[in-house]
Amino acid sequence: MKFSDFICFKAIVSKLVSTDRDGVITELIEALAKSGKLGDTDYKKIAKAVIKRENEASTGMGKAVALPHVKVSSVKNTVAAVGISTAGIDFSSLDKQPVYLVILIISSVDNPDKHLQVMEYVFRYLQNEKFRKFLRQSESAAQIKELLQEADEDTL
Amino acid sequence: MQAGDTILEELVCNIEVEIKNADGLHMRPAMQFVDIANQFDCDIAVSNDETEVDGKSIMQMSMLAATCGTKLKIKAEGSNSQQAIVALRELVEEKMFDEPPPEKNKGESKVGKRES
Repeated sequence: MKFSDFICFKAIVSKLVSTDRDGVITELIEALAKSGKLGDTDYKKIAKAVIKRENEASTGMGKAVALPHVKVSSVKNTVAAVGISTAGIDFSSLDKQPVYLVILIISSVDNPDKHLQVMEYVFRYLQNEKFRKFLRQSESAAQIKELLQEADEDTL
Repeated sequence: MQAGDTILEELVCNIEVEIKNADGLHMRPAMQFVDIANQFDCDIAVSNDETEVDGKSIMQMSMLAATCGTKLKIKAEGSNSQQAIVALRELVEEKMFDEPPPEKNKGESKVGKRES
């Protein structure tokens, strides 16, 4: 498993415009949809499903990170978008602190194992304080892409 | 049995459990696990064949990527370790995190229906 296997590099938003949770989710899903990664399903429907999931239990894990996600039937392979906020977003996180890093993950209902493997990989890096710091300090999508590729090559 | 032995027996408890719900140990089940683990004072370590993680940390538990059918070893050490093991086993194997086991008819999951 590598970031390049599931991160859609065209859906990296280095400066999120939205400042609220639902806005950020919609912004990232729109970016995925524009990249053609969400099949023919209306992206607004998928955004609704992610927000519904988020309302059931926050994916704000603490350490300024949130990983909103949902499984849908129209997507065959797990895809993810990355967003960085400078303002900080209220995600009702476990530690009650604002979120600055958002990785939004859309998985296939038919492949729960792949979803788990992607989560495992994402968490492995997000646990790393240096990785989180570099991600937050990135100023462009290109920089973020480079960072993720370095992580894949284990040259961080 | 000597008093010392009894105390030691109560301190460390081990069990192996199998993930039985179709979607495996994704974030919501991991949170349920961590919630129960945190109700106990004892240390709780969970391991697959490769890694051992803190059973009270949601990030670490998600790193197990435990799919349906995966066997996990739970080790509880400290006060009420026995009760912790009993509660966690019940959650994983009996309640299956309030989720269904694998079905032959795939794609009939809740989200699939919602999307169609």
